[in-house]
Amino acid sequence: MARRAHALRVDRIRCDGYGMCAELLPEMIDLDDWGYPIFRSNAIVPDRLVEHARRAVDVCPVLALRLESVIASAPPALAGHGAGHRRG
Amino acid sequence: MNSQLLWFATRGAGTVSLILATIVVCLGILTVLRWQTADWPRFLTAELHRNLALLSIVFLAIHIVTAVVDPFANMGFLSAIVPFVSPYRPLWIGIGVISIDLGLAVVVTSLLRAQIGEQAWRVVHWAAYGAWPLAVLHSIGAGSDAGAIWMLGVDVVCIGAVVLAVIWRLAAAHRNRDELAGVADGTLLPPPPRAGPGRAAFRDR
Amino acid sequence: MTPRLLAGPEFELGAERLASHLERLGPLPDRAATADLIGTLETSGLLGRGGAGFPVGKKWRSVAERAGGGGAVVLVNGAEGEPLSHKDRALMSLRPHLVLDGAELAAAAVGADEIVLYVGAAHAGAQRALGRAVAERAATSRPRSVRGSATGGASSNARLRPIRQVPIRLVQPPHRYVSGEESAAVHFVNAGDARPVTTPPRPYERGIGARPTVVQNVESLAYAALIARFGDDWFRSVGRHGSRGTALITANAPSEKAVVLEVELGATVGDVAAMVEPAIRQDDVQAVLLGGYFGGWLPAHRAWAFPLDPGALKEQGLSFGAGVIGFLSAQACPVRTTARIATYMAAQSAAQCGPCVYGLRSIADAATRIARLTPLGDDLANLERWAGQVRNRGACRHPDGAVGLLTHALETFGPEFYQHQRGRCSHSAQVAPVTRTGRVA
Repeated sequence: MARRAHALRVDRIRCDGYGMCAELLPEMIDLDDWGYPIFRSNAIVPDRLVEHARRAVDVCPVLALRLESVIASAPPALAGHGAGHRRG
Repeated sequence: MNSQLLWFATRGAGTVSLILATIVVCLGILTVLRWQTADWPRFLTAELHRNLALLSIVFLAIHIVTAVVDPFANMGFLSAIVPFVSPYRPLWIGIGVISIDLGLAVVVTSLLRAQIGEQAWRVVHWAAYGAWPLAVLHSIGAGSDAGAIWMLGVDVVCIGAVVLAVIWRLAAAHRNRDELAGVADGTLLPPPPRAGPGRAAFRDR
Repeated sequence: MTPRLLAGPEFELGAERLASHLERLGPLPDRAATADLIGTLETSGLLGRGGAGFPVGKKWRSVAERAGGGGAVVLVNGAEGEPLSHKDRALMSLRPHLVLDGAELAAAAVGADEIVLYVGAAHAGAQRALGRAVAERAATSRPRSVRGSATGGASSNARLRPIRQVPIRLVQPPHRYVSGEESAAVHFVNAGDARPVTTPPRPYERGIGARPTVVQNVESLAYAALIARFGDDWFRSVGRHGSRGTALITANAPSEKAVVLEVELGATVGDVAAMVEPAIRQDDVQAVLLGGYFGGWLPAHRAWAFPLDPGALKEQGLSFGAGVIGFLSAQACPVRTTARIATYMAAQSAAQCGPCVYGLRSIADAATRIARLTPLGDDLANLERWAGQVRNRGACRHPDGAVGLLTHALETFGPEFYQHQRGRCSHSAQVAPVTRTGRVA
């Protein structure tokens, strides 16, 4: 069943490794060894995290992070649940 | 409204606005430096920077409105908009007006950032380095408290904070530029990354 | 195998002149024959030869649809930034009219009103040859007409475009590895900056001057020029082990030399080794690099019988790429060779994306320390971890290619890397050179 959803996209050239997105959305974004964002398995944002995702998009000092409207063909992955321990 | 009260409000709101603006400038510099501690994440610096900027605009508005409305000062609405036409200390008030204009440009473009694009936003944001010192000059030249010990203390702390922050920023940019100098033409490999504040930003090239 | 692209006068005579080209191959086909050139290219199965291997017909069709009859641009990609590849500069230097034929056909097929020749600044011979060839064609007094946009359906099929009047210009991007990437090429023409940009939109949607742009490798265009004359059946009439068609490859022998050869698809690595003078013996080789610095390694005993076919290579997790084959001498140390390549790839980063800049550099540093037998404790483990972290996290595919090669090296030369991490190397000090001079066989 198709549904409207949001996907995280990052402009890799604009991204300058500020790392604030990973602080605000640790359920979906990790930082690599050099401070740049890695998305965990699925870029589709679960509904319960959409507000946090918007905040992460707003805070990025270089506007590298975007939320894109997509059509998701299945309910969002449960990737956030088990691994959703907030980092310090 | 008692003119005395209005004058207190003008001076108080102006001072608070200046202190907030100083903190905002420092937070902006700390954002670019990627400063953080175990308890203070980077997003906090960025969000405070924005929120305090908006708050300082509120106090700025109070400062302007109470000054304009005050019958004793006899300044009139136009003095707040057009520089150097104020009957009272026109030079110093005029400097304040220019400072407001630059500051408003920074805030408005920041609110509309997604619409105007990164380049335009960045160019106007540099005007902040013009708005702040003009605000300080305005407070020294136009303010009736300028000679008071407490006001001098405020001025010294504000100026000192921004000067230190700017020095820190220039030192980091200098170091980063050296490190990244050879990257683009491939003659020198980029250095292994340093963790922590001041880490190289590509824009420093 | 009868040469196709490399048929014609002796190579010592230099670039083939227009008269010889026309005498040998005849004129470009007339209107009727090119009307369905895109369809012909699709059935021929011709794949792009710049590295990505995208079907040529499909690319032209996408651009033609978007251009809707006019306003597209053709970019002839002769950047050849891959140091082990020499085929493109050889083709441009020796058979420039084949390349220009292909460009003009592409322009007619997609509805382009401009051709840009994108030739790396270091390829002086190629630039001279192409420049002279363009002048030769301009001097002839036979304007020809070819129907614009060759897609079926909604297109301005009433419009005729004189094929010779499409303006051609030559640009020279800096000689760097990423200059040949398609978005980098378009970016250079638009803004003088040969670095990749964030996609989408891709060039076939919005390219030069925001118009739909075909970015096509010179070899692909040359083959298109022959297929337009002789047909898709002709192209598919040769091939081995079930493959169909031919391709140029650059064979890098263990010595300094690189040799450009035209081979049937499906020929094995061993076949290619025998075509080089002197022939390369399997005993002298420990591993074979397939696909250049964007490719991967196979041990010699597995590589020798391996067919050079895009499909078969893909199944192995390798790619045909730009048709580069490197033969690693049995005496060379594969760890030091990998470290040299990793260092080169790190230095060739466009330096726009953090994971590429810092990741490739960290990898190069660790690989070099391992190669020099002075590793840090977790260097080898870090190499594997970083290879996973860097993949797919740049704006272009450069970091992917670099870590792809590294990953293959760790698989193929696992024992050697293990030894090096413990301070031992079983090879002599010889290291395979990173760049080479080349010639055509």
